[in-house]
Amino acid sequence: MYVPMSITHKILAGHCGKGSVRPGEFIKARVDCCLGNDITAPLSINEFERARAKKVFDPERVYLVPDHSTPNKDIKSAQLVKQVRDFAIRHGLKYYFEVGQVGIEHALLPEQGLVLPGELIIGADSHTCTYGALGAFATGIGSTDLAAAMITGEVWLKVPECIKFIYKGKPAAWVTGKDLILYTIGRIGVDGALYMGMEFTGNVIDDLPMDDRFTMCNMAIEAGAKNGIITPDQKAVDYCKERAVRPFECVSGDTDASYREVFEWNVDGIEPQVAFPHLPSNVKPISEVGTVRIDQSVIGSCTNGRMSDLRAAAKVLKGEKVHPRVRLIIIPATQRIYREAMDEGLLAAFLDAGAVISPPTCGPCLGGHMGVLAEGERAIATTNRNFVGRMGHPKSEVYLSNPAVAAASAILGRIGGPGEIKGRG
Amino acid sequence: MLKIKGRAWKYGDNINTDEIIPARYLNMTEPEELAKHCLEDLDKGFMPRIKTGDILVGGKNFGCGSSREHAPICIKASGLSCVIAASFARIFFRNAINIGLPIIESEKASLRIRSGDELEVLLGEGKVVNLTRGEEYEITPYPAFMQELISSGGLMNYIKGAIL
Repeated sequence: MYVPMSITHKILAGHCGKGSVRPGEFIKARVDCCLGNDITAPLSINEFERARAKKVFDPERVYLVPDHSTPNKDIKSAQLVKQVRDFAIRHGLKYYFEVGQVGIEHALLPEQGLVLPGELIIGADSHTCTYGALGAFATGIGSTDLAAAMITGEVWLKVPECIKFIYKGKPAAWVTGKDLILYTIGRIGVDGALYMGMEFTGNVIDDLPMDDRFTMCNMAIEAGAKNGIITPDQKAVDYCKERAVRPFECVSGDTDASYREVFEWNVDGIEPQVAFPHLPSNVKPISEVGTVRIDQSVIGSCTNGRMSDLRAAAKVLKGEKVHPRVRLIIIPATQRIYREAMDEGLLAAFLDAGAVISPPTCGPCLGGHMGVLAEGERAIATTNRNFVGRMGHPKSEVYLSNPAVAAASAILGRIGGPGEIKGRG
Repeated sequence: MLKIKGRAWKYGDNINTDEIIPARYLNMTEPEELAKHCLEDLDKGFMPRIKTGDILVGGKNFGCGSSREHAPICIKASGLSCVIAASFARIFFRNAINIGLPIIESEKASLRIRSGDELEVLLGEGKVVNLTRGEEYEITPYPAFMQELISSGGLMNYIKGAIL
């Protein structure tokens, strides 16, 4: 019997040996690959060893990416990274990334062709949903889930209901994927897609560069979603073709698939968005921000540390100076992005403006290192969460925006858009 | 069947994993060490005041944010007996089930319970009894698959048959 399915449901069905799946159903699915980082993998390794497991299901499909506290921020973190490294060596894992090759996992793995269209990917990191931009089903899980998957190559999943978001119209200047997803979370709330799949479509998504698609799927978790996904088009296929480590097959949904809800928005009037503390849903258009002075601006993270993000920041910063009271921290997400930014002259523009450039790391996004906030301090950041204490002291504040707004704010000393910088309107 | 009795500690909606266990403590994995900082950024005096068996009560979307399993681990190790909430964020929900921290979804319980209420959780009967207010709240039952996971003692025990 023909059961029309969304792309999410088709990928799930294809990985559990069934012709079709229905929302609410529990399945045991085969994973194409799984990943962990230096914070989550140590707990997985402990469970793996407690279960006396002898080997991982496939040493080429278990990825360990020590990106959160590297280069090691303190002795305890160094011990955890060492535990991950030792495990990777002991089990002959092909994809363990040492400092010098490592980047932020959700920028690095797509860049290296290790996550591909049509695949089912689980990661012990909530932002694993990023890979949905390639047309994969990718979802965050916990350390015990990862331990089990490392052993069995399988995961238990509840088939989610799906919501479709259709974006139409033409985005204004400086409006990016970050603004579309902040706008979306602002509309539906931080639990607006709880347990559900978010599917992004429409002519605006078709026109969106891959970097922006990653940003949108990355923040699906911020609406509570299980996954975010975009049907792969030629752009996505071209991106993957030149880097894929294994063959892949694109999946697309049926046109008559049913959704729990369909939202259709015209983006013409949408401005760059800013999420105020302490929830990503607490958004305002840039014109309504008012005077919010800042101490720090962070441009980077798995959400916005890619080439187009750095290009947007450089476009605003070139020839300008960072406000004397503001620390501007720029974090290219991977070594390749770092090199490319250097070759394009972006790093020179950052240095001339008075920014500091960090090696690839999650660092300040989670209040780890490389830019932790003191009591009462305020930051604008291109990261993904602005919860209480997220970037440091519990009495500090984080505002979320796109890279151009974070760059303009660093110059202004308060939150403002690139339109306020001379010649950038 | 597990019977839980304890005093309620009630907080609001969207209690996130950064509040449950701030990232500055994620350089540790020992449950007892993590437990010392449980809910530190939400309520600084929380840990010194709780008694073993106390019950954490949240609103909607409890445990949202990062996938850190340190969050349910530190709650479990702190001596709290279970978490009741109107709804749970999905990764926290998985993690709690996988490690054997009892979590109870009940919109009415979350709405009615106040801090300090004496509660009795009757998992077998599917209800929470509020001894202070003389009320009973229905629990959303776990799906059959999850009951199987829970009764085998968590995910690692569940998969053991298949691997060893």
